[in-house]
Amino acid sequence: MAHESRPSAALGALRAAFPHTLPVLTGFAVLGLAYGVLMASKGYGPGWSFLMSALCFCGSMQFAAIALLTTAFDPVQALLLSLMVNARHLFYGVSMLEKYKGLGKKRVFLIFALCDETFSLTSSVVPPPGTDRGWFYLWISLLDYLYWVAASVLGGILGGVLPFDTTGLDFALTALFVVLFIEQIRRRENLTPGLLGLACTGVALFAAGPDNLVIPAMILTLGCLLLGRRRLEA
Amino acid sequence: MTPFLTPGQTLCVVLMVMLGTLCTRFLPFLLFPENREAPAVVLYLGRVLPPAMMGLLVVYCLRSVDLTAGSHGLPEFLAVAVTAALQLWRRNSLLSIAAGTALYMLLVQVVF
Repeated sequence: MAHESRPSAALGALRAAFPHTLPVLTGFAVLGLAYGVLMASKGYGPGWSFLMSALCFCGSMQFAAIALLTTAFDPVQALLLSLMVNARHLFYGVSMLEKYKGLGKKRVFLIFALCDETFSLTSSVVPPPGTDRGWFYLWISLLDYLYWVAASVLGGILGGVLPFDTTGLDFALTALFVVLFIEQIRRRENLTPGLLGLACTGVALFAAGPDNLVIPAMILTLGCLLLGRRRLEA
Repeated sequence: MTPFLTPGQTLCVVLMVMLGTLCTRFLPFLLFPENREAPAVVLYLGRVLPPAMMGLLVVYCLRSVDLTAGSHGLPEFLAVAVTAALQLWRRNSLLSIAAGTALYMLLVQVVF
């Protein structure tokens, strides 16, 4: 609608975006809580969990950073580890160059908050017709961000007292990636790159082990995608 | 428990982790600004990387599963299979994720 006012564009986009973030809410609630609890158990209270989550917002690296906080002070190691663990974001950025075009100030936050889960949603889910694209992506990014920050602070405050057994609940994030993988490869032209990513990461896991698989997997995938460009673009 | 690092050192580690994260997130957008057309190969990668990265993330989530010990990855395998099959059949994302997660919780808490 041409004359739709800004608040209702924002509200409409929120209604469209929120259901997509529910699996992330589930997964982040569990993992964020676990992160806050773990930080608190090392003497770093909710304030530190808040700072780390709000400034870095990088789930798996935040867990890795706990090791950095419980050993001899080494800022260079912290920077290098962060660059390595987070290297996959480079590919997310390349993927979102076109989709995040022309979104003004919102774009800065979209890039800042481009974590695995937000990327998987904004790269796979198409905003419904009539929905403001910028607001739709912003709500997904902002909601995911708030879930993570809130859960990690709550974990720091509660310190491990959870009302029920949540073992396995974090599988929601794995399931989310499985679902979005299926949705991606439904499109015919995406089937080969999807299977390539799966296979290359499998090979990297086998060759480099679970702790060092990200960079070998990225290099292998990139190599295959570049070598197969002519066939994949046909 | 008292923290291992001083508050100043902790803040420094937080800022270093933040710097590393910011670099990896902003670099592509700084290299290929929106007012200029990116090279064709970058646009090509932008199209094929999303499905490839989704494949990476699936394996990444399952990287610590030990096939040789414990439950031999059976709960993970079953829950992923049910999630994928439901999604292919009904195409209802929340249903697939909820059912897969519930099955996984049941398997790891009660069965195995």
